[in-house]
This record gives sequence, C-alpha cells and structure tokens, in this order.
Amino acid sequence: MENQLLRLVAGRLALGILTLVAISLLITIGVEALSGDVCTAMMGQMASEDKVAACHRALHLDRPVLVRYLEWMVNFAQGDMGQALTNHRDVADVIGNRIGNTFFLAVSAALIAVPVSLILGVLAALYRNSFFDRSISMITLSGVSVPDFFIAYILMAIFAVSYGFFPAISNIDETMTLAQRINASALPVLTLTLAVSAHMMRMTRASIVSLMASPYIEMAKLKGIRPGRIIVFHALPNAWSPIIQVIMLNLAWLVVGVVIVEVVFVYPGLGALMIDAVFLRDMPTVRATAMIFATVYVVLNLLADILSLMSNPRLMHPK
Amino acid sequence: MSKIDHEIRKLQKRVTNGGIDRREFIKAATAMGFAATAPALYSHAAYATPKKGGTYRVGFGGANTGDMLDPADNGDTFMINMNMGGCRNALVEVSANGQAVPELAESLEPSADAKTWVVKLRKGIEFHSGKTFDADDAIASLEHHRGEDSTSDAKSVANSLGNIRKDGPNTLIFDLESGNADFPYLLSDYHLLMGSADSAGKVDWASGDGTGAFVVKNFEPGVRAHMVRNDNYWKPGCANFDEVKITAVNDAVARTNAMATGQMDAIVRCDLKTAPMLEKKSGVSVIQVSGTKHFTYPMDVRQAPFDDNNVRMALKHAIDREAFVNTVLRGYGSLGNDHPISSNQNYHAGDLPQRQYDPDKAKWYLKQAGHSSIDVEIAAADAAFNGAVDATQLYSEAAKAAGVNIKVNRVSPDGYWNNVWMKVPWSACYWSGRPTADWMFTIGYKAGGNWTDSFWDHPRFEALLVAGRAELDEAKRNDIYVEMQTIVRDEGGVVVPCFANNVDAASDALGRPGKLAGNWELDGSRSIERWWFK
Repeated sequence: MENQLLRLVAGRLALGILTLVAISLLITIGVEALSGDVCTAMMGQMASEDKVAACHRALHLDRPVLVRYLEWMVNFAQGDMGQALTNHRDVADVIGNRIGNTFFLAVSAALIAVPVSLILGVLAALYRNSFFDRSISMITLSGVSVPDFFIAYILMAIFAVSYGFFPAISNIDETMTLAQRINASALPVLTLTLAVSAHMMRMTRASIVSLMASPYIEMAKLKGIRPGRIIVFHALPNAWSPIIQVIMLNLAWLVVGVVIVEVVFVYPGLGALMIDAVFLRDMPTVRATAMIFATVYVVLNLLADILSLMSNPRLMHPK
Repeated sequence: MSKIDHEIRKLQKRVTNGGIDRREFIKAATAMGFAATAPALYSHAAYATPKKGGTYRVGFGGANTGDMLDPADNGDTFMINMNMGGCRNALVEVSANGQAVPELAESLEPSADAKTWVVKLRKGIEFHSGKTFDADDAIASLEHHRGEDSTSDAKSVANSLGNIRKDGPNTLIFDLESGNADFPYLLSDYHLLMGSADSAGKVDWASGDGTGAFVVKNFEPGVRAHMVRNDNYWKPGCANFDEVKITAVNDAVARTNAMATGQMDAIVRCDLKTAPMLEKKSGVSVIQVSGTKHFTYPMDVRQAPFDDNNVRMALKHAIDREAFVNTVLRGYGSLGNDHPISSNQNYHAGDLPQRQYDPDKAKWYLKQAGHSSIDVEIAAADAAFNGAVDATQLYSEAAKAAGVNIKVNRVSPDGYWNNVWMKVPWSACYWSGRPTADWMFTIGYKAGGNWTDSFWDHPRFEALLVAGRAELDEAKRNDIYVEMQTIVRDEGGVVVPCFANNVDAASDALGRPGKLAGNWELDGSRSIERWWFK
C-alpha cells in the first residue's frame, strides 16, 4: 500500500512540475500578448518614444522574449526569482512579505468554513427536506450567488460603518499581535467564509444523501440504529472522497481567488500583488506569483487524492 | 448646542477650510447677531497655531507595488505626498495662493531677458543623514532627470532648465535656451526633489534620505509607509506630527469607509457619490478646493472631419457642460471653457464668455462646414477619468439635438494611454493641469509636442507662446495669455467641458492653514508637513 502511495505521489509531483512549466509558458505568452510593456505601463500618459527606448535599454527588454524566458527559467530553477522590473526589489522579498498574509487569511477562513459547512451539511442531510434543511440551503446558496465584493460591502456597512465592531479596512502589518490581526481581518475572513461555505456544505449533504438509499444503510436502519449515528459512522466514511475534493478546491480558491476581497479591504496579500504586476507588465513578479498559485493547486489536488485514497479502504487495500 | 451656535460653527469650519474669506465671514456672522465678536471668531478659525504631536494617519490612492522613492517615477498621490511633502523638498514650492516661493532655494533672480537665472541656495540645511545640502546635491538631483538614458516623467521639464552650473557651494546658475519668466515654477515640479549626492554625483534615491520634514522608517511599495519627525527640520511651523502613517487605499469607496469609521485622519479623493453623506458625519470635513485638473476630449485636427474648425465648433457647442459637472463630478467642479487654464490660476481669461450647450449654434456651424448631420466616434474608458464612459454617453445624447451622432466606443482601460489616446481621432482624456499657463500650453498645445493630443498647429498661438514666456511685464503677459486662451477656445482641437475640484476629507481634530493650496490634492500634497493636531 505504501508503495502505491509513493508511486502516486512521485507521479503526481512529476506531472506537477510539468504543469508549472506549462503555466509559466502560458503566463509569459499571455502577458506578452497584452499591449504595451512595463515601460509604457509605468509612464502611462507621459510616455514618449525616447523615454521608452531608454527604459527598454535599461531593463534589457530589447532582447527576444524567448531568451528572457529561458534565462528566467534557469534562475528560477536555482531558486532565484529575480527582481521586479519596476522598482528592482527582489521578488522573493516582495512575495515573502505577503505570502504570510495570504495564508493567514486563507487558513482563518478555512478554520471556520470547513467545520461549519461539514456540520451543517451533515445536519442538512439528517433533517433533509425539513425547514432547517431548506433555510440552511437558502442562506448558504445566497452567499455563493452574490458576488463576493457585494458581501464584503454589506458586511462593511453593517459591522464597520454602522456598529463599528471591526475596522473597515484591514491594513495589517507585522508589528500587530495575533489578537489585533484577527480583529483587523475579521471582515475579510467572514466574507470568504460566506463565499466558500455553500459549495462544501451542499457537497457534504449531497454525497451523504446519495448514500442513504444504499443497502447497507437500509440494513443499519433495520437494525434500529439512530439516524445521526447512521450518517456519521455509516454514510460519512464512504462519502469522504467527493467532500475532500471539494474542500481542497475551495481551499485553493481561498489562496488564489481572493483578489477582490483583498482590494475591497485593502488587505496586503498575493492576489492584489499579482493584479498590480499584471497591470504594470512586471513579468518576474507575475511569473513568481503564478508559480506560487499553481503550486498551491498542484499540492492541494495531490493532497485531495491522497486523502481520498486513505479514506477508502477498498482503494487502500486492493485485491 | 443651539441652532445658531451650530450655524456659526459651520461658518467657522468654512473659514478653516478656505471656503470663505474674512469679509464674507464677518458679513454672515453679523447677520446672525455676532457683530461684536465676529472678528475674534474669524481669527480663531483662520489662524489656529500649529501644535506638535500625534500620529497622522492618512490614506492615499494611486499606489502600486512598483512604486519607488525615486521621484522620477512618481505620478500619483501616494508617492507625491510621501516624497514632496514628506521626506524631501524641492528648490521652489507653490504657496496656498498659487505663487512660486523659494523652498530649498533662498532667492531666484532673473536677468533682464529672463534667460539667465541665479538661484541662491539656503545655507546650513542638513539631510536626514547629517550631510549638508549644497549645489552639488542640487545639480545631481536635477541632472538625474536629463540625458539620453533618462526615463524620468520630468524629462522634458528638466531639459528645459538649460545649462546648469554652480558658482560656489550655494549658488546655481541656469542658462536657458530662451527667456522664461515662469522659471521658478519649473523648479517646483514634484519630480525635481533634492536628494543627497555621492562623490560621483549620483543620488541614492531608494534610501529616502532628504531634507524633508519626516524621516522614512519603513516603506512597503503599494502598501504603506511609516515616517517620523525630522527634529532638525528648518521650515517654521511645519513638521508638527510625531509620526506619519500612510496607507495605500486605491479603492475610493474603501478610502471613504476608512475615513468614516475613524481609521484615517485624512484621505485624498473622496468617493464623490458618497461625499455628501460623509460631509454630514460629525467630526469629519469634506474639503473642496478648486484645482487645475480638467477633463478633455482631444480631436486629431489633421484628420477629417476634425480638420474643419466649423466641425470642431459644432462639437464644442453640442456638449452639455452643466449636466457634465452635475453628473460626472456630482457638482464638485466648475465649467470648462474649451481651454486648459483654470479660474484659480494666474492669467485666467475670466472675461471670456462661458461657452454653453447650444444645439442651434452647433447646427449652424455644421451647416457652415457643409453638413446637415455628422457621424463621429469617441473612444472612452474609465482610465481617461472616473466615469468617462458614462460622461461620453451623456455627451452623445446631448449632441443628437444638434445633428451630431456620436458613437461611444467603449475600450479597455488597460493600456488606454498606449493604444487609444493620441492613436484614435477622438478620445476622452484628463489633464492634472500645470501651475502656469505657459507650462500647460507648452506641454499640451504647442505644435509638434509629444503630448499635443490634438496635433494642432496655429502660427499666431506659437508666436504668442514664445513671446509670453520671456515677457516680464505682467500686464503685457496677461494680454498674451488671454489671447491664447481665446484662440484655443475658438480654434483649438480640444473640448474642455469641466474642471474638477480637489475633494478630500479630514478629521476636525486636525488643524489646517486658513487657505489650502489647490495645485494638488490635500493642501498641494503637503498636508504631511503643514498640518497638525489641534
């Protein structure tokens, strides 16, 4: 069994590296295809031919794209992310400042959203088609149907402007204590929780409900086991696989998909950094953030597969 | 508090904000029954004395992760405020009255033809690092923007400074190519800040070392900056806060919320939609100062149909300026008269009749051009100015009555300045304005200029531009600039529907000078050094 896991991990990691290479190439082509470059983007309205030419010379942008890309790849493979084309800060430093913020936000939201949506999903399956089930579905589905910036503004209007429980903008910095950090990021965390809960909760409910017609559940019922126990100990263990997949997908989204929430709450995270870098056509920063995001996806997908495998005894012990 | 007390407070607040002057205040206060105490009430509001202390938390927009402390690259409020009003000084600053006054310079003396300027520098001014500021620093700081390899946003301004040489450690001599009576204003450009030069004549801008009121402690581009007072600051009554914490809040709604919830002591550029609500909040003042920023629709006059001045005049009469100011600017602005000189600038042609929305006149001009109706297209994106797409729709609707069919071509805001502006025959645009008429005309209207977005070439205008620049006689100069504004208004290729006011917000706990500068937002981008906590 260990062999099988190891083989899976090794195979996935190799594929993951291929994915990263493909993504770096796609990102490069994408940003190159956008009009203008870092020089014209920085100068904006005040660009002129001689200034742009001087800027190209200074940043060595007069060399072919392929040469620049290969050079970046060689450096990146050695762990050197390069310097931002705009203000020449080390990309590693810029990202280092923000990656912690992004993961803090994602982990905080996940710590609330995952248990809450699992519990609600189980309860909804238990009391399916009841008033409770329907209202929970309605609330969480509204959360996912409304755009996240709208949820953000509503929460801001209620909790920051009207009642002043939490600050309207989350300009956290490294000098803050954990309590201050939690207070400052309460609203973005809440927004993200509302945005991801529905998906996980619905999937938990659906996969449990689909198992409820299985013969072994019938058997358990006939044995007179209480419904709650049936769900938690009989249905849930077999329902884990799709739930885990959805949880991982949402966790990945919490890291890479929160740009708008970051902008609305002025939260210094990676998403806002990437958008900034794309607008400025700052290729090294765009590539580095894209690599981080892609890695998050690859790793979480791998984790999802491993956990699914481990949660399923039939897959763990093949004949 | 009685109603009348409340009213007089409101009136005092307007004095503090620079909204009304002494005469208006005393008149209004007398009407309320405060005849005897009116002068004292005025002084209290207008001449509050700065106090030291406190942490100033201020939110700016236009920040990004590519920002740097090199002023050559600065172009929006976060960096301009941090650099110019924060850690550095220029040779000249613009006062609240719009005059160029010496800053790190002590005096500026022109020759009779305004071609040679002798600039004496203040002695004994020290950088944060302890080094004494001298002519070598000044030359290195100015030369930084010039030369073939310069990518500075101030390249053209710096190039117009002519040959710069030093005469002793505290004197600079500028030999201009042609006379320029506005020379001191050039040195007030927010890019032309003074840094400390090493022995090779290079300035390490990233260090943040300057002569300014505050010392940079921490700077995270696109996120925040933390500065502490320079106890050694030389300018009297300035550098009042103990610390300054600048936060980058690019979203206007988020900025306004942060102000409303007390997370900020001041913000730049309120969200105009919600500004009236913010105004009602106690403890917060919305500060409105008329500035030089204006919105424009430049036409390429080399291309048909814009090559015909009758068509241009028809288009200028087909825009409803009042509606423009009321909807796009929500009233926080004033009407434009198809020239770029705002009413608070020197040499503004105040007697020139205000151009109005007049479909009949527009039709008449169209007829002169030989058309009964005309189809044109404007490219617009909100990169040109906030609300540009809606504003252009409004233009299009109003113009229909004149037989002008404007198709609004909504384009991507990303890359707007590279791909659209000055590339298509007609587009939406904005100008932050320049402190002098000469500068504005030179950068935006001079034939063959890099940014002459109408590609206009008018011989009389060109002759006046040269004559006006070197003219030291104020009356003659005024005549020249009035004539130039008239020519641009009636023959130019740019529709200028409005001037936008600077609309900022500040806590009432802050003390501010009686009159605020309008050349940039938040007191000419100098609230950091000029303001204080009451």
